[in-house]
Amino acid sequence: MALEKPYLDVPGTTIFDAEQSRKGYHLNQFCMSLLQAANRDRFKADERAYLDQWPMTEDQKLGVLSRDLNRCIALGGNIYFLAKIGATDGKSFQQMAGSMTGMTEDEYRAMMVSGGRSVQGNRFIGEDGTAQAHRQPQGAAGKPGH
Amino acid sequence: MARITASVFTSHVPAIGAALDLGKTAEPYWQPLFQGYEFSKQWMKDNQPDVIILVFNDHATAFSLDMIPTFAIGTAAQYQPADEGWGPRPVPLVQGHPALAAHIAQSVIQQDFDLTIVNKMDVDHGLTVPLSLMCGQPQAWPCPVIPFAVNVVQYPVPSGQRCFKLGQAIRRAVESFDEDLNVHIWGTGGMSHQLQGPRAGLINREFDNAFLDKLIADPAAAAAIPHIDYVREAGSEGIELVMWLIARGAMKDIANNPSPIRLRHRFYHVPASNTAVGHMILENT
Repeated sequence: MALEKPYLDVPGTTIFDAEQSRKGYHLNQFCMSLLQAANRDRFKADERAYLDQWPMTEDQKLGVLSRDLNRCIALGGNIYFLAKIGATDGKSFQQMAGSMTGMTEDEYRAMMVSGGRSVQGNRFIGEDGTAQAHRQPQGAAGKPGH
Repeated sequence: MARITASVFTSHVPAIGAALDLGKTAEPYWQPLFQGYEFSKQWMKDNQPDVIILVFNDHATAFSLDMIPTFAIGTAAQYQPADEGWGPRPVPLVQGHPALAAHIAQSVIQQDFDLTIVNKMDVDHGLTVPLSLMCGQPQAWPCPVIPFAVNVVQYPVPSGQRCFKLGQAIRRAVESFDEDLNVHIWGTGGMSHQLQGPRAGLINREFDNAFLDKLIADPAAAAAIPHIDYVREAGSEGIELVMWLIARGAMKDIANNPSPIRLRHRFYHVPASNTAVGHMILENT
């Protein structure tokens, strides 16, 4: 019988539920290892070799190597775990969150300062808000040549 | 007899901690936010508790995917500020209150809430940023703190209704502790924010302010808000607001013999990094 998951029709959003958690266990535990300074150093010295010590899928490893957080989330990553990669890279939470929108850092920051993203058109898949699939990428960072 | 005299509600954005630690509070971006806590810092001095029960969530710091408890109470004597990847915040050690914490665990589990008892846990920004906002930058925190961690990271998280009832159970537990203690309960996290995906940066002022209104005047209605409404209206990380219902449920007006609560302070500001910041102080009368 299907489980109740009323959140599947929210655009631009992946809820980290028990199923995503199962898929992302090793990916997230790799992220967790970066809480230790010595591991951050080992990862930075040879990212691929460090990742190969973890039983992650190739897709998950490529997602990490390319810092494609949307891809990592689709493959079971959770943002609070993935944030350890950003911390290792010296990125703020705002830089990480912005990287998932296709906006540049300045564009995303300007959106937040002017009150954030509106919920209008962004409640259900199929509306016309900025988070909808047909409006990606949202900014210059996602455009060719950037 | 111990008693809960007040509840404090506040967001716990990590960038607020960084702004404080790096001396940026007077910058134009941050100044309006910290201004909203000036009243609160004075109120803390005038109404210093003996113990704070601090409801917060761990952000993949103390709890990895090896195990995440739904509700966890800290019974340790001390808690270290955690290294969340940027190095630990330069803030004081958090002193616990093992005797009251163990008493609450015993009582609340017997009221059918399955708490995990934690004796070793580093505490992340979820706990230390509220302390900084309310107490400033002292050499030592003004009183012992009982960390009470709620899973809002891995779905399904506890419902608002369950959190509201848990708060009521915590109040009964505190009131059955023989020592005469003035206890605050703080609910932290929120307000609207989303940190992931193309919808990152979502803010909903209308939802947030309606939530504050309800939390004050009709908390049962706030407790009835289903998860999906938080996700859809307040962003995937807006779900942290269920933790505010634990603190609200612990106030005296929810009990059988109601007495009015007093609203001492209310503040709302957008943005702090990715997040809408809400803050409120309620006192029992």
